[in-house]
Amino acid sequence: MAKPDRGDDVTLNRGRGLVLGLTVALVGGLSAALLTLPANTPRLAETALSRTPESEVLNPVTAVLLNFRGYDTLLEVAVLLLAIIAIWSMARQARVWIKLPDTPVLATFVRLVLPLMVIVGGYLLWLGADLPGGAFQGGAVLGGLGVLWVAAAVWLPPAWFRRLLRPALVIGLLAFLLVAVAVMFPGGLLLAYPPEQAKNLILLVESAAVISIGVTLTLLFIGGIPTRGDA
Amino acid sequence: MILLGLDLLLVIVLLISAWFALTTADLLHGVVIFIAFGLLVALAWVRLQAPDVAMAEAAVGSGLTGALLLSSLSAMRRAQARAEASKKEGDVG
Repeated sequence: MAKPDRGDDVTLNRGRGLVLGLTVALVGGLSAALLTLPANTPRLAETALSRTPESEVLNPVTAVLLNFRGYDTLLEVAVLLLAIIAIWSMARQARVWIKLPDTPVLATFVRLVLPLMVIVGGYLLWLGADLPGGAFQGGAVLGGLGVLWVAAAVWLPPAWFRRLLRPALVIGLLAFLLVAVAVMFPGGLLLAYPPEQAKNLILLVESAAVISIGVTLTLLFIGGIPTRGDA
Repeated sequence: MILLGLDLLLVIVLLISAWFALTTADLLHGVVIFIAFGLLVALAWVRLQAPDVAMAEAAVGSGLTGALLLSSLSAMRRAQARAEASKKEGDVG
Protein backbone atom coordinates (compact mmCIF):
# COMPACT_ATOMS: atom_id res chain seq x y z
CA MET A 1 0.00 0.00 0.00
CA ALA A 2 3.07 2.26 0.20
CA LYS A 3 3.35 3.78 -3.26
CA PRO A 4 1.21 2.14 -5.91
CA ASP A 5 0.35 5.58 -7.32
CA ARG A 6 2.37 5.51 -10.51
CA GLY A 7 1.18 2.17 -11.83
CA ASP A 8 -2.41 3.04 -11.00
CA ASP A 9 -2.21 6.31 -12.89
CA VAL A 10 -1.33 4.60 -16.16
CA THR A 11 -4.31 2.25 -16.04
CA LEU A 12 -6.46 5.14 -14.88
CA ASN A 13 -5.46 7.20 -17.90
CA ARG A 14 -6.16 4.33 -20.25
CA GLY A 15 -9.57 3.81 -18.64
CA ARG A 16 -10.23 7.52 -18.79
CA GLY A 17 -9.92 7.55 -22.61
CA LEU A 18 -12.38 4.68 -22.86
CA VAL A 19 -14.87 6.34 -20.49
CA LEU A 20 -14.52 9.64 -22.34
CA GLY A 21 -15.15 7.89 -25.67
CA LEU A 22 -18.21 6.08 -24.33
CA THR A 23 -19.60 9.26 -22.79
CA VAL A 24 -19.14 11.24 -25.99
CA ALA A 25 -20.79 8.43 -27.97
CA LEU A 26 -23.71 8.30 -25.53
CA VAL A 27 -24.25 12.07 -25.49
CA GLY A 28 -23.90 12.20 -29.28
CA GLY A 29 -26.36 9.36 -29.77
CA LEU A 30 -28.91 10.85 -27.38
CA SER A 31 -28.61 14.30 -28.97
CA ALA A 32 -29.07 12.80 -32.43
CA ALA A 33 -32.13 10.87 -31.24
CA LEU A 34 -33.57 14.00 -29.66
CA LEU A 35 -33.03 16.05 -32.81
CA THR A 36 -34.74 13.51 -35.05
CA LEU A 37 -37.89 13.48 -32.89
CA PRO A 38 -40.86 15.30 -34.41
CA ALA A 39 -41.39 18.64 -32.67
CA ASN A 40 -44.97 18.14 -31.52
CA THR A 41 -45.01 14.65 -30.09
CA PRO A 42 -48.06 14.05 -27.93
CA ARG A 43 -46.88 14.10 -24.32
CA LEU A 44 -48.34 12.58 -21.20
CA ALA A 45 -48.06 15.78 -19.17
CA GLU A 46 -51.31 17.25 -20.43
CA THR A 47 -53.27 14.06 -19.84
CA ALA A 48 -51.87 13.81 -16.34
CA LEU A 49 -52.58 17.47 -15.54
CA SER A 50 -56.12 17.35 -16.88
CA ARG A 51 -56.95 14.24 -14.86
CA THR A 52 -55.24 15.24 -11.60
CA PRO A 53 -58.57 16.30 -10.00
CA GLU A 54 -59.81 12.71 -10.39
CA SER A 55 -57.05 11.49 -8.09
CA GLU A 56 -58.40 13.65 -5.24
CA VAL A 57 -54.98 15.19 -4.62
CA LEU A 58 -54.05 18.63 -5.93
CA ASN A 59 -50.34 18.13 -6.47
CA PRO A 60 -49.89 16.62 -9.97
CA VAL A 61 -46.55 15.09 -8.99
CA THR A 62 -48.16 13.16 -6.14
CA ALA A 63 -51.05 12.19 -8.40
CA VAL A 64 -48.67 10.68 -10.94
CA LEU A 65 -46.33 9.04 -8.42
CA LEU A 66 -48.89 7.54 -6.08
CA ASN A 67 -51.92 7.06 -8.29
CA PHE A 68 -51.46 7.09 -12.07
CA ARG A 69 -48.07 5.40 -11.94
CA GLY A 70 -48.27 3.85 -8.49
CA TYR A 71 -46.55 0.76 -9.86
CA ASP A 72 -43.27 2.66 -10.34
CA THR A 73 -43.36 3.99 -6.80
CA LEU A 74 -44.18 0.57 -5.39
CA LEU A 75 -41.07 -0.80 -7.08
CA GLU A 76 -39.00 2.15 -5.83
CA VAL A 77 -39.99 1.37 -2.26
CA ALA A 78 -39.04 -2.25 -2.93
CA VAL A 79 -35.64 -1.16 -4.32
CA LEU A 80 -34.87 0.68 -1.05
CA LEU A 81 -35.61 -2.49 0.91
CA LEU A 82 -33.45 -4.51 -1.49
CA ALA A 83 -30.58 -2.06 -0.98
CA ILE A 84 -30.66 -2.64 2.77
CA ILE A 85 -30.82 -6.42 2.29
CA ALA A 86 -27.82 -6.25 -0.06
CA ILE A 87 -25.79 -4.16 2.39
CA TRP A 88 -26.68 -6.36 5.34
CA SER A 89 -25.62 -9.47 3.48
CA MET A 90 -22.23 -7.95 2.61
CA ALA A 91 -21.32 -6.01 5.78
CA ARG A 92 -22.80 -7.98 8.62
CA GLN A 93 -22.18 -5.82 11.68
CA ALA A 94 -21.61 -2.13 12.02
CA ARG A 95 -21.07 0.20 14.91
CA VAL A 96 -23.98 2.59 15.17
CA TRP A 97 -22.99 5.59 17.19
CA ILE A 98 -20.22 7.73 15.79
CA LYS A 99 -20.07 10.15 18.74
CA LEU A 100 -18.48 13.21 17.26
CA PRO A 101 -16.46 15.29 19.78
CA ASP A 102 -18.99 16.37 22.37
CA THR A 103 -19.04 20.14 22.01
CA PRO A 104 -21.86 22.18 23.56
CA VAL A 105 -22.66 23.72 20.17
CA LEU A 106 -23.20 20.37 18.48
CA ALA A 107 -25.19 18.90 21.38
CA THR A 108 -27.47 21.92 21.69
CA PHE A 109 -27.93 22.23 17.95
CA VAL A 110 -28.85 18.58 17.52
CA ARG A 111 -31.23 18.65 20.51
CA LEU A 112 -32.98 21.67 19.03
CA VAL A 113 -33.08 20.50 15.46
CA LEU A 114 -34.09 16.83 15.86
CA PRO A 115 -37.67 17.48 17.08
CA LEU A 116 -38.01 20.19 14.44
CA MET A 117 -37.00 17.71 11.75
CA VAL A 118 -39.72 15.29 12.88
CA ILE A 119 -42.27 18.07 12.41
CA VAL A 120 -40.82 19.15 9.06
CA GLY A 121 -40.79 15.55 7.80
CA GLY A 122 -44.40 14.99 8.82
CA TYR A 123 -45.43 18.35 7.41
CA LEU A 124 -43.78 17.62 4.05
CA LEU A 125 -45.65 14.32 3.94
CA TRP A 126 -48.98 16.01 4.67
CA LEU A 127 -48.23 18.85 2.26
CA GLY A 128 -47.48 16.39 -0.54
CA ALA A 129 -51.17 16.03 -1.37
CA ASP A 130 -51.54 19.64 -2.46
CA LEU A 131 -48.08 21.18 -2.85
CA PRO A 132 -44.56 19.98 -3.62
CA GLY A 133 -43.57 17.42 -1.00
CA GLY A 134 -44.54 13.87 -0.18
CA ALA A 135 -43.22 10.61 1.17
CA PHE A 136 -39.80 10.74 -0.46
CA GLN A 137 -39.08 14.32 0.60
CA GLY A 138 -40.41 13.74 4.12
CA GLY A 139 -38.52 10.45 4.33
CA ALA A 140 -35.32 12.15 3.24
CA VAL A 141 -35.70 14.69 6.06
CA LEU A 142 -36.24 11.82 8.52
CA GLY A 143 -33.17 10.11 7.05
CA GLY A 144 -31.17 13.28 7.67
CA LEU A 145 -32.49 13.27 11.22
CA GLY A 146 -31.28 9.69 11.63
CA VAL A 147 -27.81 10.53 10.32
CA LEU A 148 -27.50 13.52 12.67
CA TRP A 149 -28.70 11.42 15.59
CA VAL A 150 -26.24 8.65 14.82
CA ALA A 151 -23.39 11.11 14.35
CA ALA A 152 -23.99 13.12 17.51
CA ALA A 153 -25.43 10.37 19.76
CA VAL A 154 -27.07 12.90 22.05
CA TRP A 155 -29.55 10.31 23.30
CA LEU A 156 -29.30 6.54 23.23
CA PRO A 157 -32.62 4.72 22.81
CA PRO A 158 -33.71 1.91 25.17
CA ALA A 159 -32.97 -1.69 24.21
CA TRP A 160 -36.41 -2.49 22.77
CA PHE A 161 -35.93 0.23 20.16
CA ARG A 162 -33.73 -2.11 18.15
CA ARG A 163 -36.60 -4.56 17.69
CA LEU A 164 -38.61 -1.86 15.93
CA LEU A 165 -36.04 -1.36 13.18
CA ARG A 166 -36.92 -4.33 10.99
CA PRO A 167 -40.69 -3.79 11.12
CA ALA A 168 -40.05 -0.11 10.32
CA LEU A 169 -37.97 -1.14 7.29
CA VAL A 170 -40.71 -3.24 5.73
CA ILE A 171 -43.86 -1.37 6.78
CA GLY A 172 -43.74 0.92 3.72
CA LEU A 173 -43.63 -1.88 1.17
CA LEU A 174 -46.06 -3.99 3.18
CA ALA A 175 -48.70 -1.25 3.44
CA PHE A 176 -48.26 -0.40 -0.24
CA LEU A 177 -48.69 -4.05 -1.28
CA LEU A 178 -51.69 -4.56 1.02
CA VAL A 179 -53.43 -1.49 -0.38
CA ALA A 180 -52.49 -2.46 -3.94
CA VAL A 181 -54.03 -5.91 -3.52
CA ALA A 182 -56.97 -4.82 -1.35
CA VAL A 183 -58.34 -2.48 -4.03
CA MET A 184 -58.58 -5.46 -6.39
CA PHE A 185 -61.34 -7.10 -4.39
CA PRO A 186 -64.39 -5.04 -5.24
CA GLY A 187 -63.57 -6.10 -8.80
CA GLY A 188 -60.90 -3.51 -9.52
CA LEU A 189 -57.37 -3.75 -10.81
CA LEU A 190 -54.05 -3.82 -8.96
CA LEU A 191 -53.34 -0.33 -7.56
CA ALA A 192 -56.53 1.13 -9.08
CA TYR A 193 -57.78 3.11 -6.09
CA PRO A 194 -61.52 3.77 -6.00
CA PRO A 195 -61.73 7.57 -6.56
CA GLU A 196 -63.68 8.36 -3.40
CA GLN A 197 -61.05 6.60 -1.25
CA ALA A 198 -58.01 7.65 -3.30
CA LYS A 199 -56.79 10.43 -1.03
CA ASN A 200 -57.04 8.39 2.17
CA LEU A 201 -55.33 5.40 0.61
CA ILE A 202 -52.55 7.57 -0.82
CA LEU A 203 -52.05 9.16 2.60
CA LEU A 204 -51.95 5.73 4.26
CA VAL A 205 -49.40 4.40 1.79
CA GLU A 206 -47.27 7.54 2.06
CA SER A 207 -47.34 7.57 5.88
CA ALA A 208 -46.04 4.02 5.97
CA ALA A 209 -43.51 4.76 3.24
CA VAL A 210 -42.14 7.84 5.00
CA ILE A 211 -41.20 5.72 8.03
CA SER A 212 -39.54 3.06 5.90
CA ILE A 213 -37.68 5.60 3.78
CA GLY A 214 -36.38 7.47 6.82
CA VAL A 215 -35.22 4.31 8.60
CA THR A 216 -33.77 2.86 5.38
CA LEU A 217 -31.69 5.97 4.64
CA THR A 218 -30.36 6.04 8.20
CA LEU A 219 -29.44 2.34 8.08
CA LEU A 220 -27.78 2.84 4.69
CA PHE A 221 -25.59 5.43 6.40
CA ILE A 222 -24.76 3.05 9.26
CA GLY A 223 -23.86 0.52 6.58
CA GLY A 224 -24.45 -2.81 8.33
CA ILE A 225 -26.61 -4.61 10.85
CA PRO A 226 -26.54 -2.57 14.07
CA THR A 227 -24.50 -4.53 16.60
CA ARG A 228 -26.23 -6.03 19.61
CA GLY A 229 -26.13 -3.97 22.78
CA ASP A 230 -25.35 -0.94 20.66
CA ALA A 231 -28.98 -0.20 19.80
CA MET B 1 -32.75 39.52 -18.35
CA ILE B 2 -31.32 39.40 -14.83
CA LEU B 3 -32.83 35.93 -14.38
CA LEU B 4 -31.25 34.74 -17.61
CA GLY B 5 -27.92 36.04 -16.40
CA LEU B 6 -28.32 34.25 -13.07
CA ASP B 7 -29.30 31.04 -14.87
CA LEU B 8 -26.21 31.24 -17.04
CA LEU B 9 -24.10 31.88 -13.95
CA LEU B 10 -25.68 28.83 -12.31
CA VAL B 11 -24.85 26.65 -15.31
CA ILE B 12 -21.26 27.88 -15.40
CA VAL B 13 -20.74 27.34 -11.65
CA LEU B 14 -22.34 23.88 -11.97
CA LEU B 15 -19.90 22.88 -14.69
CA ILE B 16 -16.93 24.29 -12.79
CA SER B 17 -17.85 22.59 -9.51
CA ALA B 18 -18.53 19.29 -11.32
CA TRP B 19 -15.09 19.53 -12.92
CA PHE B 20 -13.33 20.24 -9.63
CA ALA B 21 -15.30 17.58 -7.74
CA LEU B 22 -13.95 15.02 -10.22
CA THR B 23 -10.41 16.27 -10.70
CA THR B 24 -9.27 17.56 -7.33
CA ALA B 25 -6.45 15.47 -5.87
CA ASP B 26 -7.67 15.62 -2.25
CA LEU B 27 -10.64 13.29 -1.84
CA LEU B 28 -12.02 15.33 1.09
CA HIS B 29 -12.05 18.45 -1.08
CA GLY B 30 -13.76 16.41 -3.79
CA VAL B 31 -16.54 15.36 -1.40
CA VAL B 32 -17.07 18.89 -0.11
CA ILE B 33 -17.26 20.26 -3.65
CA PHE B 34 -19.65 17.45 -4.56
CA ILE B 35 -21.98 18.49 -1.72
CA ALA B 36 -21.90 22.08 -2.94
CA PHE B 37 -22.53 20.78 -6.47
CA GLY B 38 -25.60 18.89 -5.22
CA LEU B 39 -27.05 22.02 -3.64
CA LEU B 40 -26.48 23.93 -6.89
CA VAL B 41 -28.23 21.12 -8.81
CA ALA B 42 -31.16 21.54 -6.40
CA LEU B 43 -31.22 25.25 -7.30
CA ALA B 44 -31.22 24.30 -10.97
CA TRP B 45 -34.25 22.04 -10.38
CA VAL B 46 -36.04 24.96 -8.71
CA ARG B 47 -35.31 27.09 -11.78
CA LEU B 48 -36.71 24.29 -13.95
CA GLN B 49 -39.91 24.50 -11.85
CA ALA B 50 -39.50 21.07 -10.33
CA PRO B 51 -39.55 21.81 -6.57
CA ASP B 52 -40.29 18.16 -5.72
CA VAL B 53 -37.11 17.02 -7.40
CA ALA B 54 -35.21 19.95 -5.89
CA MET B 55 -36.13 18.86 -2.37
CA ALA B 56 -35.18 15.26 -3.03
CA GLU B 57 -31.91 16.36 -4.62
CA ALA B 58 -30.97 18.65 -1.72
CA ALA B 59 -31.80 16.04 0.92
CA VAL B 60 -30.68 12.81 -0.74
CA GLY B 61 -28.37 13.81 -3.59
CA SER B 62 -26.44 16.34 -1.60
CA GLY B 63 -27.01 15.72 2.11
CA LEU B 64 -27.22 11.97 2.53
CA THR B 65 -24.87 11.10 -0.32
CA GLY B 66 -22.40 13.60 1.13
CA ALA B 67 -22.69 11.98 4.55
CA LEU B 68 -22.21 8.52 2.98
CA LEU B 69 -19.14 9.69 1.05
CA LEU B 70 -17.63 11.31 4.16
CA SER B 71 -18.16 8.16 6.23
CA SER B 72 -16.67 5.91 3.55
CA LEU B 73 -13.74 8.32 3.29
CA SER B 74 -13.02 7.98 7.01
CA ALA B 75 -13.44 4.19 6.76
CA MET B 76 -10.91 4.19 3.89
CA ARG B 77 -8.45 6.22 5.94
CA ARG B 78 -8.82 3.89 8.92
CA ALA B 79 -8.22 0.86 6.70
CA GLN B 80 -5.16 2.53 5.16
CA ALA B 81 -3.75 3.41 8.59
CA ARG B 82 -4.25 -0.19 9.73
CA ALA B 83 -2.55 -1.55 6.63
CA GLU B 84 0.43 0.76 7.08
CA ALA B 85 0.72 -0.09 10.78
CA SER B 86 0.71 -3.84 10.10
CA LYS B 87 3.27 -3.34 7.33
CA LYS B 88 5.60 -1.49 9.71
CA GLU B 89 5.27 -4.31 12.23
CA GLY B 90 6.13 -6.77 9.49
CA ASP B 91 9.27 -4.77 8.58
CA VAL B 92 10.45 -4.80 12.20
CA GLY B 93 9.72 -8.48 12.76
